[in-house]
Amino acid sequence: MSRIGVFVCHCGENISRTVDVERVAAEVGKLPGVAFSTDYKYMCSDPGQGLLKKAIREERLSHVVVAACSPRMHEKTFRKAVESAGLNPFLCEMANIREHCSWVHEDRDEATVKAIEIVGMMVERVKKNRVLPTITVPVTKRSLVIGGGIAGIQAALDIADAGHEVVLVEREPSIGGHMAQLSETFPTLDCSQCIMTPKMVDVANHPRIKLYTYAEIEHVEGYIGNFQVTVRRKARSVIEEKCTGCGVCMEKCPVRKIPNTFDRDLGMRPAIYVPFPQAVPNTPVIDRENCTKFKTGKCGVCQKVCGPGAVDYEQEDRLIVEPVGAIVVATGFDLYSIEEKPKGSSIKGYGEFGHGRIPDVIDGMTFERLASASGPTGGKIMRPSDGREPKQIVFIQCVGSRAREKGISYCSKICCMYTAKHTMLYHHKVHDGQAYVFFMDARTPGKSYDEFWRRSIEEEEAVYIRGMVSRLYQKGDKIVVMGSDISVGVQVEIEADMVVLATAVQPRKGADTLAQKLGISYDKYHFYSEAHAKLRPVECATAGIYLAGACQGPKDIPDTVSQASAAAAKVMTLFARDQLEREPIVARVRETGCVGCFYCKKVCPYGAVEEKEIRDRQGNLVKVVAYVNPGVCGGCGTCQATCPSKSVELDGYTDEQIVAMIESL
Amino acid sequence: MHTEKEKHTFEPKIIAFVCTWCTYAGADLAGTSRMQYPANVRVLKFPCTGRIDPVFILKAFQQGADGVLVSGCHPGDCHYIAGNFHARRRFAAFRKLLEFVGVDLGRLQFSWVSAAEGGKWVEMVTGLTEQVRGMGPMQEFKELALEEQWSGSIDTPELQEAYDQI
Repeated sequence: MSRIGVFVCHCGENISRTVDVERVAAEVGKLPGVAFSTDYKYMCSDPGQGLLKKAIREERLSHVVVAACSPRMHEKTFRKAVESAGLNPFLCEMANIREHCSWVHEDRDEATVKAIEIVGMMVERVKKNRVLPTITVPVTKRSLVIGGGIAGIQAALDIADAGHEVVLVEREPSIGGHMAQLSETFPTLDCSQCIMTPKMVDVANHPRIKLYTYAEIEHVEGYIGNFQVTVRRKARSVIEEKCTGCGVCMEKCPVRKIPNTFDRDLGMRPAIYVPFPQAVPNTPVIDRENCTKFKTGKCGVCQKVCGPGAVDYEQEDRLIVEPVGAIVVATGFDLYSIEEKPKGSSIKGYGEFGHGRIPDVIDGMTFERLASASGPTGGKIMRPSDGREPKQIVFIQCVGSRAREKGISYCSKICCMYTAKHTMLYHHKVHDGQAYVFFMDARTPGKSYDEFWRRSIEEEEAVYIRGMVSRLYQKGDKIVVMGSDISVGVQVEIEADMVVLATAVQPRKGADTLAQKLGISYDKYHFYSEAHAKLRPVECATAGIYLAGACQGPKDIPDTVSQASAAAAKVMTLFARDQLEREPIVARVRETGCVGCFYCKKVCPYGAVEEKEIRDRQGNLVKVVAYVNPGVCGGCGTCQATCPSKSVELDGYTDEQIVAMIESL
Repeated sequence: MHTEKEKHTFEPKIIAFVCTWCTYAGADLAGTSRMQYPANVRVLKFPCTGRIDPVFILKAFQQGADGVLVSGCHPGDCHYIAGNFHARRRFAAFRKLLEFVGVDLGRLQFSWVSAAEGGKWVEMVTGLTEQVRGMGPMQEFKELALEEQWSGSIDTPELQEAYDQI
């Protein structure tokens, strides 16, 4: 027989004003199974909790019902108190007689009767409550970071510096991402390579970072603390362990005219190449689509000239399984394009504004490569068509961004600042040139950002024209840009030598496929969704997976680095413990009843239901039943409501408990 | 209900099945905002609407509920990713079944009330209470329940007839 203790709280006057708490305590005390009932002014206060603990010990209570505020408010408080008095915390329930009763009713008698019923309902429920053990799962203290741009690099370094192993997976042959492509960075104009490459080298040399470049995520299973990630290391055709990075193979390669995507197709590279001279690792990769050896079977020059014998034409993709406890997703962004080159190629251009058709209409990233000291022109601004220095240059902002008709309603956030930077870089290199910017709004929040933008106008003589471009066409070797200046209401026509488009920031192609592999959610644009827009901005709703950088939404470098460090801090918080504790509200299968229909498996949103074989002593298969992995189960109970044989039960919300509540009414 | 001094002659009993994350929190918000609504409703908390077995609704009617309210997170906002979609589909089918067996669907309401919609909760509860009050007590299940609580006699004509045929 249960000995239930009922504690009715006055909540100062919040409850006792409309509910006759003494009467509630007295009435409930008459219910079968209730051994003790009392009321107190503030149950949650220290003396209130003391009263509760004392009663549990002195009255030898087996279950506790606290009639007070919402369980969302103080369930944890009272369960803790009950636990410290030696009772299992899940034998304590709260009856909500404040939010659901005293605060929403005025009639004292009516409210009191309702309160008695609510408490009675919880008394019936608590009788059926079972002792639930706290579930602990071990934590694998290794982390996976997906993406080797500045976000991934920062997160990997932070986690590794804290003493944990990191597996860093990058799709391209080198880490560095978009930041390695940039020339100089706003608002300080320090060179991107100068601040980026030391970090890349740190990653390569770090004893706790395992770097997989030219690799992709194949498959992810498991749950927080216990993921199993399969990484596909694409065939590089060069054995990384043997290669010394001398570069002879690249010098001798007879195929030399392949557009280099890292340089936005402005420069050329051989078939065996590193994307850029500062690449990490400095190991070349053979582009099998363009290599003569792979196309015709003849050539093999690189293998002949390679001293250490690192070139291996027979190399195949390798699948490696890495156990990790946490995952940081830092896959970055792509730039908007409506006109693409055929498959396998990077983004080519934006069909509107003649991009892709007129060679001197380029996008912002191409301009970065032109302005970069390590770029194909050595930092000289020149037209892709004829190599002449442009004397009149037009920048067009919000290309794609903030255009609902193109399906992108959001602001790409970085373009105002990088266009201002471009006008400055241009002015620094072409002293007699003139830069024009067509813009909708200048959005420059950020430390020293607005000052920077003002400087581009006031000191670097950029002409800002508020309005969009209506038409753009080629006339001789010039590009005529027609638009309106809406602040003075006149039509503007500029004969430009070059046009730079600030194209929208978009999620990576295939962001949705990766999200499905990881089991994380994404928004309508395919940016990954955080668990809470304000209070949990780096966690995914899926436990153990964190976000960093532009894969979550457009971000500049400082924001990206901050978020990456935040994600790393979250990973370290997780790794600070050896075992993870979680609420034991999980589903359990009664194997004798289970018929193995696996409807539960179909409806489980977490993929927590597995198939388990039951065998007799001889090892013969008796039947296959469902098994709920308690580490993965989220505790929604959809499986229980679906199960036709009622063989799966959600602890804490069993049919028994719920029916007991309904029957008490 | 228990209160005799009420101006209404009939006080319906409403049972609400709600999810913790949205509607329960919405009802809490109605409380913290000190909104007022009829005291006829009793709230049963579930982790998710996906946990709510249609049998509970039948059980509630059987136990004398005059109206049942089921409410959870808005579609797409489920704390458990997709529980409310399963619930929606399940209850769409269940409603048809109830209609088929002759239960007035006015007694059963499904809705989505988010954690921010205290006002909507109040409207929902008030609306359903008034609607069910107009419909009067739900007799069918109460009679059934009485029959189920078997009196102890086995000599009902139907049973006797059944025995005779053996």
